[in-house]
Amino acid sequence: MNGSNFGGPAHKTGKRSLYVAMSVMALILLMAVAGCSKEEESPTATAVPASSDGGSQVASGVSAIAAERGLTEADIEAAVKTFVPSGTHDEYILFASGGHSGQMLVIGMPSMRLLKVVGVYTPEPWQGWAVGDASETSHILDGGDLQDGTELTWGDTHHPALSETAGDYDGEWAFINEKANGRVAVIDLRDFETKQIIKNPLSMSNHGATMVTPDTKWVIEGGQFPAPLDGSYASIDEYEEKWRGVLTMWKFDRSTGRINYDESFAVETPPYWQDLCDAGKLVSAGMIFCGSFNSEMATGGIEDGNPPLEAGISQADMDYLHIFDIDKMTAAVAAGKTDMINGFPVISLETAAAEGILHFAPEPKSPHGADVTPDGEFVVVSGKLDPHVTVYSVPKIKEAIAAGATERDPFGVGILDFDTVVEVQVEVGLGPLHTQFDDQGYAYTSLFLDSAVARWTLGGSFSDLHSEPDWELIHKTPVHYNIGHLVTTEGDTVSPDGKYLVAMNKWSIDRFNVVGPLLPQNFQLLDISESGTTMPVIYDSPIGIGEPHYAQIIKADKLNPWEVYPEVGWNPETQSLDPRAVAPGEEGVTRDGNNVTVKSTLIRSHFTPERVNVKVGDRVTWHMTNLETAFDATHGFALPGQNINLSLEPGEHQTIEFEVTDEGVFTFYCTEFCSALHLEMAGFFMVAPN
Amino acid sequence: MQRFSQIKEKAFGPRIPREIVFRDRFRFILPTVLMLAAAIVLFVSTFFPYWHMDMDAPQYPRGLEMTIFVNRVEGDVQEVDTLNHYIGMRPLSEAGELERSMSVIAIGALGMLIIAAIFIHNPCALLLTWPVLLYPAIFLFDLWYWMQDFGLNLDDSAPLSNIIEPFVPPLIGEGKIAQFTTYASWESGLWMSMGASVLIALGIFFHRRAYKPLLDEARAENNQHGH
Repeated sequence: MNGSNFGGPAHKTGKRSLYVAMSVMALILLMAVAGCSKEEESPTATAVPASSDGGSQVASGVSAIAAERGLTEADIEAAVKTFVPSGTHDEYILFASGGHSGQMLVIGMPSMRLLKVVGVYTPEPWQGWAVGDASETSHILDGGDLQDGTELTWGDTHHPALSETAGDYDGEWAFINEKANGRVAVIDLRDFETKQIIKNPLSMSNHGATMVTPDTKWVIEGGQFPAPLDGSYASIDEYEEKWRGVLTMWKFDRSTGRINYDESFAVETPPYWQDLCDAGKLVSAGMIFCGSFNSEMATGGIEDGNPPLEAGISQADMDYLHIFDIDKMTAAVAAGKTDMINGFPVISLETAAAEGILHFAPEPKSPHGADVTPDGEFVVVSGKLDPHVTVYSVPKIKEAIAAGATERDPFGVGILDFDTVVEVQVEVGLGPLHTQFDDQGYAYTSLFLDSAVARWTLGGSFSDLHSEPDWELIHKTPVHYNIGHLVTTEGDTVSPDGKYLVAMNKWSIDRFNVVGPLLPQNFQLLDISESGTTMPVIYDSPIGIGEPHYAQIIKADKLNPWEVYPEVGWNPETQSLDPRAVAPGEEGVTRDGNNVTVKSTLIRSHFTPERVNVKVGDRVTWHMTNLETAFDATHGFALPGQNINLSLEPGEHQTIEFEVTDEGVFTFYCTEFCSALHLEMAGFFMVAPN
Repeated sequence: MQRFSQIKEKAFGPRIPREIVFRDRFRFILPTVLMLAAAIVLFVSTFFPYWHMDMDAPQYPRGLEMTIFVNRVEGDVQEVDTLNHYIGMRPLSEAGELERSMSVIAIGALGMLIIAAIFIHNPCALLLTWPVLLYPAIFLFDLWYWMQDFGLNLDDSAPLSNIIEPFVPPLIGEGKIAQFTTYASWESGLWMSMGASVLIALGIFFHRRAYKPLLDEARAENNQHGH
């Protein structure tokens, strides 16, 4: 202890409190004597003088390291742009699909550090997500079981969608589709946990999912592989007659944080293999645009001498951009113009065509992506097999619809005239797949075959934002390799940030150390903050968990996640205090016939109780509350022999139920290294013979 | 009647003749204001923190903190208790239970003593203000008492009892307990209570100066009557 002890510079509360006390006393005295109430200013801390840290010395140190490691000036610049020092946070958060890992990835940007793999369609043991059958999270996963009860333990996630308010991310919810079996999940961004998984009652697949309308009233699930909607058998010869596509409109209820199944419905579509969708915004609000790529209705049969699917599907020069009208859909539903299929209301293709719910605009050749510009005025369709992006004008589409379709497809759906609705076509390169936007009036399109990102200028209201001519290719940056989607910072909202772009490359080939024949994918970070031809790659980030497709990037300060659960005894499934929460002193084991109830608490570094005695044939209901309130004080609960592992985060309550079938003694233990006595945090689950 | 007023005068000191009040108002108002202010400051201090401790350790980048008010402890009490159980310290809620439950009433009583002292014009007033004068010291002594009682009486069977010696955290300034560095500071409430002590001291000084001449006069008068 030295002389100056009420507080060094870091602990100045002592001195400040003295000032507060003196101020308060002076105030009271002043009031008592003079009856006047003039407030005194508290003294404020003086600013610390900025330190001068010899910039030239730093630079010479850096160049020595750079020389030794063989780094170029551009490398150093990239490193400086992406390095996020220890203890500081990333500016943006990337939510990427985890592909066929079935999960959702959460990555910090620009560091590209993986922050979390959120368990969604696949059990995730670290989070205790859906491990075994005993926990409540496993029941959430069960929400996506097939109609016949088949349990699914993997998924193929493609497109995450962050919830939006007025067309801008609000950081509250995330949705993600599952293509392989046609499911949709809801993730709460307060705790980054999956809250709901819904199985589409009409379809085994989706692809234009998930996308949200600008106020997240609807979560859109566009289909992909057609089949009879009732799940029955129909031969391939009946393809045109009985196989159908479907667009499902899931009603999201913010107050419950769940999709309301009963207020949701679907629209039947032709079996054209619908692809990516995007919801309209601003001038196009109320519209949904989905690409498609099999208007040929090819059905393959390579083994019978037919052209293979890949050739058959790419025969025609044009496929159809699907244009849906949400108001007309909901009007038809309200008017009862729906058929019930598997207990779910469906607007038939006939009704959709007759009521003008669905229109087509021709689009060149098996395209990918239908992306609405930030002002909502244009829809950009990337050609995939055509080197152009085709830009549709929403006002022209509206006029054409008002004027009436000139042509109809075999199912009676009105086809708008291509030249009437197209604003422009821009040649961007080979294999254009997907387009996003920035704040400088540029669009960015991924070029799969060119392995590049194209930057091109927009027209219309974006014309004033850039100095180049409208609708023109400006630059291509090579990426490594075979880019699928790309994503820019808030690039599919009404106000993109235009700071970074992530190229989601399907192949990495030689970019990383070889880890066997299955290689990670490569997320490449590009700096797009400068205009013109400058948009360098500044970081390579291997993704070794699945094949991510779409992603969205949100400004980190829009997220407001909990650090610990709001109250001790919190049930993350209901996001409320669990009435079964165990308070200190309530712990114990009680038996009622074959039903054994265990009430446990967890706190560093012990379970209470530590001995649980049961018998073969008992049904165990185990309530567990983590009493911790400290940041990061998570406990795990592993019960060997029962396929159980839970993650009990600070304040979390969980209840598990299971049947005991085999005798033996099993040591349950904490799976999160919680404290110096973590290894001692264990107990005994003893199963006696009956 | 006269007898009663004599007893009253004896107990509460002489009343001030009206003409003196008018002539010499400041002399009587000053001690009253100072003592009233002391009572108010003391009362207000109960809403402010008295003592604070910041605790820094590698795994707590935001630190832990604990703030003591006269009637409660705020801050990371649960976390501190969780950590303390490793070294065998009793939960903080068991410290100073009586003091915390009585504090507001006790401070109310101190305030009443001050008010009473204003109306008592003889040296008894001084006696009534002693508890207020000493109150900050009593608070600090009590705090020290509980800290040493808790710090020196650790449970030997606690898991980490072998790595930590019994200890008394300092009442003010820096201390070290295992991986924690602690910083104790005196907070606004305590400073206010000290301020109240100063006000009381001043008040009682001017109180004495105002009433002593009257008291002496009365005494002289009594002596005269006695002769």
